[in-house]
Amino acid sequence: MSSRERVLGRVRRALADVREEHPDTGATGGAAHTDGGPARDGVARDYLRVHGERTAAERVELLATHLADYRARVHRTDPAGLPDTVAALLAARGARRVVVPEGLPADWLSASAATPVPDTPALSARDLDAVDSVVTGCAVAIAETGTLVLDAGPGQGRRQLTLVPDHHVCVVHVPGQVVDSLPQALERLVPHRPLTWISGPSATSDIELSRVEGVHGPRALDVVLVTTDAPSTASSSPR
Amino acid sequence: MPTPPGAAPAFPDAAERSTRDTTLRNNLRRATHTIRAKRAAAVAELADWGELRAAGAAIKDHTLRHLDHYLEQVEAAVTAAGGQVHWAVDAAEANAIVTRLVRETGEREVVKVKSMATQEIGLNEALAAAGITAYETDLAELIVQLGHDLPSHILVPAIHRNRAEIRDIFRTQMGRWGRPAPAGLTDEPAELAEAARLHLREKFLSAKVAVSGANFIVAETGTLVVVESEGNGRMCLTLPETLISVVGIEKVIPSWRDLEVFLQLLPRSSTAERMNPYTSMWTGTTDGDGPAAFHLVLLDNGRTDALADQVGRQALRCIRCSACLNVCPVYERAGGHAYGSAYPGPIGAILTPQLRGTVSALDASLPYASSLCGACYEVCPVAIDIPEVLVRLRERVVEGGPVTVRGTRAVIRPARGHAAERAAMRAARWAFEHPRALRAGQRLASRTRALHPRHLPGPGRAWTRGRDLPEVPAESFRDWWQRTRGERGTA
Ligand code: SF4
Repeated sequence: MSSRERVLGRVRRALADVREEHPDTGATGGAAHTDGGPARDGVARDYLRVHGERTAAERVELLATHLADYRARVHRTDPAGLPDTVAALLAARGARRVVVPEGLPADWLSASAATPVPDTPALSARDLDAVDSVVTGCAVAIAETGTLVLDAGPGQGRRQLTLVPDHHVCVVHVPGQVVDSLPQALERLVPHRPLTWISGPSATSDIELSRVEGVHGPRALDVVLVTTDAPSTASSSPR
Repeated sequence: MPTPPGAAPAFPDAAERSTRDTTLRNNLRRATHTIRAKRAAAVAELADWGELRAAGAAIKDHTLRHLDHYLEQVEAAVTAAGGQVHWAVDAAEANAIVTRLVRETGEREVVKVKSMATQEIGLNEALAAAGITAYETDLAELIVQLGHDLPSHILVPAIHRNRAEIRDIFRTQMGRWGRPAPAGLTDEPAELAEAARLHLREKFLSAKVAVSGANFIVAETGTLVVVESEGNGRMCLTLPETLISVVGIEKVIPSWRDLEVFLQLLPRSSTAERMNPYTSMWTGTTDGDGPAAFHLVLLDNGRTDALADQVGRQALRCIRCSACLNVCPVYERAGGHAYGSAYPGPIGAILTPQLRGTVSALDASLPYASSLCGACYEVCPVAIDIPEVLVRLRERVVEGGPVTVRGTRAVIRPARGHAAERAAMRAARWAFEHPRALRAGQRLASRTRALHPRHLPGPGRAWTRGRDLPEVPAESFRDWWQRTRGERGTA
């Protein structure tokens, strides 16, 4: 017997009492199948979808507060001011080389003196290690938790890009890319894409519980909130 | 090296030693009290914590009740997404699978994300025996590994070490494993973290194979989720060419939407944050982004034996948040090492004897390493009634009865007069003789008793049908002690 059959057999024997409770449950483990899975034994979802009611502006404020709580640095501008803001943030870090994910709008870096390093499959982790900063967009941002979610869509790049360089500038279109809560964010995301959720820079509390930023991921996270009139759509389509 | 359970000292011996270690006790007390206060604040921020907790428990129970279905679904979804699924009945088989997969890559080194499942099976030692070096990359796990030590806490495994000890470990040991510690290293946490960053970055940039666990697997999509803080997880999950994830079969949740419950429960309960700094989710492989080869090893290793126990199976809901450790008066005094397994504290006291059986003196003593105060149940984000399971396991140790061992039904005999029972009795006496631990426990119990449901609410009803949950401290610890000592004599 294969290990697969042994483990599944043990599971089924272990659940003999459950099968008795539900005589309709077949030996394959399928209970009353409605949508291809066992009926959800009454899992109540009476928890909140959102914690509190907010206007779009309040939602963005909350995002900014929570990002700052976890030591991301938050900046605000409009589309016209974005190139200068990005340039200033890169200059403040002394960034000379900036990796640019595919699909990043060209004008975001148009005012920066730093050398753009376009991402290509040939760019190795070691190459990225020699880069100072990365500039990306995001798929969605969550106000209640202060979280940015990247889904490898246009302007976000491979997961490595926002990991190996020491400085990450992330551009969020507000209010369109901001949701209140985690349940709302999950609805907007596509599970089959590689997803990275970022809440503040890398941190550890392993040494006597003292918080230290930047053990392995970027030590500095700059978030630029760009106010756009028309709500922009997240780069991933809602499910 | 994890001590084999047969050779490990029973809880009272190990606890006796650790209670004499004042550094350990002071570090632990400070840590547990700090995390506990922060956690309470983070939980209080969510008005619907009770509903989230009930939903978390119900989703896990539902999954466990249909685990065969969901495991098959995981397998199909991961395979369809370009991953390969392997099944491991026990630790030896899981270790053999991982060893073979690493060998097939031709590599002799792997980087590792902190994972309790791989600690449980002793993977690092098995790889070492096969000539493969496993590098732990979580800062705390690195401290533990370089210090030839064992983790003592689920969340902060090196909490028993203070900064001066960590500096000494880095100074003397880093060079043996790779890049040495910088000259003149002080004991400033920021400097120590920087030393670890430099030391480990070399490993990350050259690693071809990584081994991880996972916090969740979503059955409907085949998505794996790893929740972390430092970014070492992201390094391991995205830079190497081959990724091998060893995951207990109880980590499955049915749907993508279910993450909305667990991603709210876990960070607040664990690190007391609204959200942990990094969460990675991946489904099979993605061209041009991350590992080209992905292997998922589904691990049983006693989980199906726990599943067979109608009371004990609730331990499989555990999401390893470590909240129960931080409120446990016994853990606070005894420290994590006394529990003799990857799982310390209250959850360890019920999980380990179920995964390994109660035959060894250590495993038989664990259900007694508690004051039955109920604080662990109160904080548990998935409402595991740890005291109820402890009582059940004590019964098993003292009275014997039907159990499932490695998939086979068996009847174990009472441990009367046996080394295991003696160890159990001494564990009880240990807790009894530490009045501070006991008093703290009893105070909490009287305060929180009203919170203990007689039946699990909602979907838990059917689960507990026909059985009343015991009044939590079914009898006070002192009464129990008097009775059992009176009846059975002392060790
Ligand atoms: S038993 Fe509950 S409180 Fe303890 S680690 Fe598991 S989920 Fe957390």
